[in-house]
Parts: sequence; C-alpha cells; structure tokens
Amino acid sequence: MMNWDPLFITLKLAVVTTVILLAISIPLAYWLVNTKSRSKPFIETLISMPLVLPPTVLGFYFLVAFSPGNAFGNWIDEWLGLKLVFSFGGLVLASIIYSLPFMVHPIQSGLSILPHSLTEASQVMGKSKWTTLFKVLLPNCKASLLTGIVLAFAHTVGEFGVVLMIGGSIPGKTKVASIAIYEEVEAMNYGAANFYATVLFIITFCILLMVYLINGGYLKRFWK
Amino acid sequence: MIKIDIHKTLSASDGQMNLRIKCEIKKGELVTLYGESGAGKTSTLRILAGLLKPDKGIITVENDNWVDTKNRSYLSPQNRNIGYVFQDYALFPNMTVLQNLEFASKKGQHKKVITDLIEMMELGDLQLRKPQTLSGGQQQRVALARALVRKPNILLLDEPLAALDYKIRLKLQDYITRIHNEYGLTTLLVSHDIGEIIKLSDRVFVLEQGKIARKGIPNDIFSNKKVSGKFKFVGEVLKIEPQDVVVIVSVLIQNNVVKVVADKSEVQSLGIGDKVIVASKAFNPILYKIE
Repeated sequence: MMNWDPLFITLKLAVVTTVILLAISIPLAYWLVNTKSRSKPFIETLISMPLVLPPTVLGFYFLVAFSPGNAFGNWIDEWLGLKLVFSFGGLVLASIIYSLPFMVHPIQSGLSILPHSLTEASQVMGKSKWTTLFKVLLPNCKASLLTGIVLAFAHTVGEFGVVLMIGGSIPGKTKVASIAIYEEVEAMNYGAANFYATVLFIITFCILLMVYLINGGYLKRFWK
Repeated sequence: MIKIDIHKTLSASDGQMNLRIKCEIKKGELVTLYGESGAGKTSTLRILAGLLKPDKGIITVENDNWVDTKNRSYLSPQNRNIGYVFQDYALFPNMTVLQNLEFASKKGQHKKVITDLIEMMELGDLQLRKPQTLSGGQQQRVALARALVRKPNILLLDEPLAALDYKIRLKLQDYITRIHNEYGLTTLLVSHDIGEIIKLSDRVFVLEQGKIARKGIPNDIFSNKKVSGKFKFVGEVLKIEPQDVVVIVSVLIQNNVVKVVADKSEVQSLGIGDKVIVASKAFNPILYKIE
C-alpha cells in the first residue's frame, strides 16, 4: 500500500503558499510599478535573490534564524508560539520567500504594460487606488495573474533543498513528495520512488498545459 | 470662471522646459489649446485635472481653491469633478460599454443619467459590446459619454479626434458642440486641426514652448487679414506650379484638393505644407442637394 502522505503535504504546502503569496504579491507588485522610491532596486534585488541563490543557502539561514537556540527564534517561539524549524509553518514561510519572484514578476510585468491612462481615467472618476487596482487594473492582467499563480504553485511543488533544510523529513508532517522520492531511491525502493515521481510528473504537466492553453503562449514570453 | 497661474518644470526630449501658464477661462466657454507637440498643451490639461502637480501656483475654479502651493492646498483628481477624454480614450477593456459608463457614476447616482447619455451619443446598440470590438469613432463616443456621467462642470479633451477619419470627425465635432451647450460645460480642447478649432471654439490659446504666446478668437488668430468674403476655408498647400504668368496652387481643404490661381507675388511667402485660408466673395454660389 502506497503512502499518500508526502503527496498530500506537497499539495497542501503548494496551495497554502500560493494563496498567501497572491495576497502579498499584488500590493507588492503594484508598489513596485508605481513607486519612485530609491529603495526600489534593493527591494527588487531581494525579491529576485531566490532565483539565483542555491536553495540550501536560504534553508541554512532559515534554520539558523528560526532555531529556538538563538534570540530571534526563541522570541518567535515564546511570543508568537510559532515553532518554525522542522514544522509545517516553517515550510510555508520558507516556500513563500523561495517562490516570491515567481509570483511578483509576472504580476509586475502585467501591471506595467497597462496604459497609464487607465489608472488616470479611474482617478478622475473619483475612484480610490484600491478600487482602481481591483476593478480596473487586475481584471485587465488576468493572464499575468494566472501565470504567477501557476508558476508559484509549480515551483513550490518542485522544491527540494529549502524544504529539506528547514523541514527535515518528518513523515506525515514535513516530508514532501520530492524528499520522499530521494529517500526511496536511497533505500533502493525504486517502485515507490517511481510512484511519487509519476504523480508529480502528471500533475505538473497538466497544470502547465492548462496555462499554455489558456494564455496562448504568454508563459513562453515570460520565460525568455 | 477658471483662473490658472502655474509654473512647472517639465523634462522634455531636448532638455528642460518651463511651463508657465497664466490665463482665465469664463464659465461656458470652449477654449482650444493650439501649438506644436511638446509646447505643453497636454501638460496644462493634466495639471488642471490634478494628474500632474505644478511646482508653484494657483488654480481657482468658481472661487474654490484647487491648487494653492503657498498654502500647500491641493485637491486630488478624485475630488475635482471634471470630465477627461484621453488621447487613447482609456476605455476599460474588461468592461462593456454600459459597464464603463456605470463604473464612472457616483455612489447613489441616478441611472437616468446613463440612459440619457446612451441615447444622446447613440450608443444603444453598442452598450453590451466590449470597447476593443468598436471602431475608433464609436470608442470616442463612449469616451465622451463616460466623461459626462459624473455631470462635471469642466470637460477636458486631449486631441479627441486626432485618430479619426474626416467624416467621423465632422460628426463627432457636432457631438462635442451639442454636449458643450446642453450640459452647460466649460470645455478645454487640445487640437491641431485649424478647421476644427474655427468650427468649435470660442477662443484659442496658442502655446509656444510652455507659454501662451497669443490669445484670441480663432478667426483673428489664424488669419492676419480681415477678409470680408462669405466663403472661407482652411487648407494646406500641397503643390505650387508656376504656369506662364500665373501660379496654380493646389490646396487640400478637408478631404478635397482645390486648385487656386494665384499671382507670383502672392506665392512668394508660401511653401509646401503651409496652412492657408482660401477665401472668396461668393457672389453667385450654386447649391446642389446631395443627400
């Protein structure tokens, strides 16, 4: 009998991460498009860092920062009651930061190609920034939103290094599918590894295919 | 009455430009801003709408201070209640024509305003269509209607007809005249088309490098001579052909090419592309019914 737990954890992690990321990334992308602040290049750099940094580096710093052994980790543990090391909460936080550029970049580029006159037209009609963002701007970059959601979801499904560092591999709690594959292969259980691998393969194929079909090549342009 | 007295340093393609506008516009007037690209016409409209902040100055509208940099008061565009028609129309692609108009309405505003506007601008058949499926002229009508939903006192039009062909232009000019009169608007229009300006506007401000170089009624601004002729058309010189003792000048008037016989001395100051007025004392005009 196959153990479905790692797959469920992977999906749960991906869904929770994507939802939170969407809520964070919309205001963040909007700010990046409209700001004239000098801090913009620094913020953009920080957001893009996970694209180039080895996941183990991120994982390592999370581990150090959130370990109850140091002041900051201890403070979070005592005051907020959050144990972020070797827990699902820690996995979510790490995944959010790790997948942030995959959500922010498409939304940012989607918003920035909209003509500025749309915002201005809405302003002279007496509409607030939020009304303008949610009623005018976002509905006109649905393709970018979909791309962001799918990329962030798929990227979280495919995580390995960060998850391993901060989550360890606690069965039923933090052992996601990608880690399960690695462990099954180490234990020479090729059958089980193949099962997880096949499921992940099919899921990701279907998700990406859906995007290509809906957006008609938008994703391709973003990747270039 | 709108009083404008503002300063703004703009960064143009060839360095900086100082926009220095000082003028008064009477209630109910239709004023055109005319001038070369980059003279500051659109910036003036944007400053009046609140989309661009002046560095220094005052804008008063009917005794309300919209901008007063000395007292640091600045009314946001949301609170100015103006109608603005953008050069690219800025219709919201995600909404139908009707939804575009509804989005513009104020909270609790009566629906009748929208039904009236749809009727007046003849948008009845188009109201459930998305803007991108409409022709340029139809989009322009929607943009005009949308700008009027909030019942503004001031209407700002940024080259509203520049992208349209001649026939539709004429029709829309009639719409603009109609709404200007019927809604008791004070209208500021940016336009390059001298025929359009003479037809529509009460006064013209000619902008040159950020300043109002001349003001006046269109006929005075665009012709230096007092002509008593009954017929007067504005056109553009296409060709100048000397023939024996006279010169034939081809002039594009609206969409007709007209050949005018001229004296050599008259043509000396003319060049291809010059804007000219063709005037005649039509003693014996002939009228043909065409429609």
